[in-house]
Amino acid sequence: MELFQVQVTMTDLLVIAPELALTGFALVILLMSAFARPERRGFLGYTALLGVVAAMVSLYWGIGVEASAFGGMVRIDPLSFFFKAMILLICLLIVLVSLGYAKREGIGFGEYYVLILFAAVGMMLMASGVNLLIIFLGLEVMSISIYILAGIMRDDTRSVEAAFKYFLLGAFASAFLLYGIALIYASTGTLDLAGIGRVLAEQSWISGRPILITGVALLTVGFGFKLALVPFHMWTPDVYEGAPTSITAFMATGVKAAGFAAFVRVFFYALPSLQAHWTQIMWILAVATMTVGNIIALSQSNIKRMLAYSSIAHAGYILVAFVAGNELGISGILFYLLAYVFMNIGAFTVVILLGKKGEENTLIGDYAGIGYHHPLLALAMAVFMFSLAGVPPTAGFMAKFYVFSAAVKADYYWLAVIGVLNSAVAAYYYLRVLIYMYFREPEREQAIGGFSPAAVLAIIISVWGVLQMGILPSAFLALARQSIQFLL
Amino acid sequence: MTGSIFYWIAFVVTALAAVFAAVMVITRRNPIHSAMFLVLNFLCIAVLYLLLNAQFIAIIQVMIYAGAIMMLVIFVIMLLSVEEEERRRKIPVPLAQMLGMVLVFILFAQLIFGVVVKVLPGEQGEFSPERIAELGDVKTIAGLLFTKFLFPFEVASIILLVGIIGAVILSKKER
Repeated sequence: MELFQVQVTMTDLLVIAPELALTGFALVILLMSAFARPERRGFLGYTALLGVVAAMVSLYWGIGVEASAFGGMVRIDPLSFFFKAMILLICLLIVLVSLGYAKREGIGFGEYYVLILFAAVGMMLMASGVNLLIIFLGLEVMSISIYILAGIMRDDTRSVEAAFKYFLLGAFASAFLLYGIALIYASTGTLDLAGIGRVLAEQSWISGRPILITGVALLTVGFGFKLALVPFHMWTPDVYEGAPTSITAFMATGVKAAGFAAFVRVFFYALPSLQAHWTQIMWILAVATMTVGNIIALSQSNIKRMLAYSSIAHAGYILVAFVAGNELGISGILFYLLAYVFMNIGAFTVVILLGKKGEENTLIGDYAGIGYHHPLLALAMAVFMFSLAGVPPTAGFMAKFYVFSAAVKADYYWLAVIGVLNSAVAAYYYLRVLIYMYFREPEREQAIGGFSPAAVLAIIISVWGVLQMGILPSAFLALARQSIQFLL
Repeated sequence: MTGSIFYWIAFVVTALAAVFAAVMVITRRNPIHSAMFLVLNFLCIAVLYLLLNAQFIAIIQVMIYAGAIMMLVIFVIMLLSVEEEERRRKIPVPLAQMLGMVLVFILFAQLIFGVVVKVLPGEQGEFSPERIAELGDVKTIAGLLFTKFLFPFEVASIILLVGIIGAVILSKKER
């Protein structure tokens, strides 16, 4: 019966080559960790590193290519290429950081790396999926891996609490997303993003219909939860604080990158004809997210919680670019996310290096006097804090500059003003860390616990990224522009 | 079959029963009662599948959800044995719940409005109940699962693998 025929071609496999590479390596590590002796499990992390590098190499094929695979389920185009490369970079940095951290905290099992790789597979599927089904499945692969990773320190009550909270609320959010997808399917008759776009363009009478609008609203709730937008952010501080710090960094960068990849893809690829409707919602979300994130971050004394609220606020800045929706805005989203990867992973790595087994030293008071005892580490932290606050010449400044100028260009003056005011407020709590590091006497002796060369390499890469994107941003912006050219 | 009086009566009765059971699931204080209403809900959904000519999915729904999964749920509830006083405790209705109720009401209103004004799909699906009856239910599902939806099918296997890994590492004994 010719109705059902399948042919998996070479192109199909090349399109998903990075995902295949990561999945393959994850399975190999899983088997290796089952047979390796406990004292020799150190090399599992290096195997994971090799897997990420292999995936990066296999991604090389996708430069400048536009092709879809498996009957239009996944697609490689400049946008998904950019996000896949970014997700692999995040994955590389996180594995580097984990090499020392996992050993120190006794997260000895290979499953830790397996789950990181699987989470990255899910993220890449979200970035390259052009069918709502694939986006949902990718989101689930990612989320389930992260739920487990958050609770992988089973002896730590806070880690278990984080995993449980994230799991319950995350499952609820997935249900919202799925319900939204179902309603969109009910009103357009297709799950294919291009198909949805086509139906809405041809039969514009559908676009004002309540079922479609409800579907889009529920979709926004589902994505908003994963991106920790206000008012769907309640889980963020507890989960970010309780999860192992390397996983917190992974959540703050990887999950956000993948979430925004799918967000951009769905809204600018499938629902551009509804832009007038969803821009209003996004405007409110952007303002609420920036303001609530920054104001609550002011009163935090734990640096992981502070960075959690700061990551909420940064999602708000990215939404400003999303609302602007012009060329500079969408490329600004990409630029901002990349800058955020460097500064955020860098900051979390410093937090990791300043902790010891069983003693995380995550209170801001613990940072007193670090500027004198560990001058290089403090310098790196200063760079990341300046970048998060948006001080030139760092990546954070350029990212905010592009985002706010996009808003001004699209005549969202108030949004830009609120954003700039928010960054001024945010400067207070970032610079407070600097004041503690350089102008306060340490209350007690600080020793670096898990000093590992790999983590130092991660910090060096992050500092390089922050400065490179801050001083010479044009190459990165040009790359971001090329990546979204086909959307416009 | 579609369009006959019997069809509509069957649909309305099972749909209302499903909604009733779903409401009972979340309002019962005794978890066993909730679980039983969930079984009822699953059975009603199975009947809805039958009405759409999807016999295979209906049977799977009964076997896997109403059978296997609910069995597991009831086992867990029995093993955990929720305290009597815990069960009797009155749960206050805070602002969030009121707000949630308002939002759910708006959602329902929108859905009902959407159905009343007859928003029909932009593109009719290829596999309508009539066409499935013609092709054969199991054949259609199997064919689609291994051709058009091959890739999502494979991704789903990764989800299951991750779930198994999680269950093992979160529950295995300390070495």
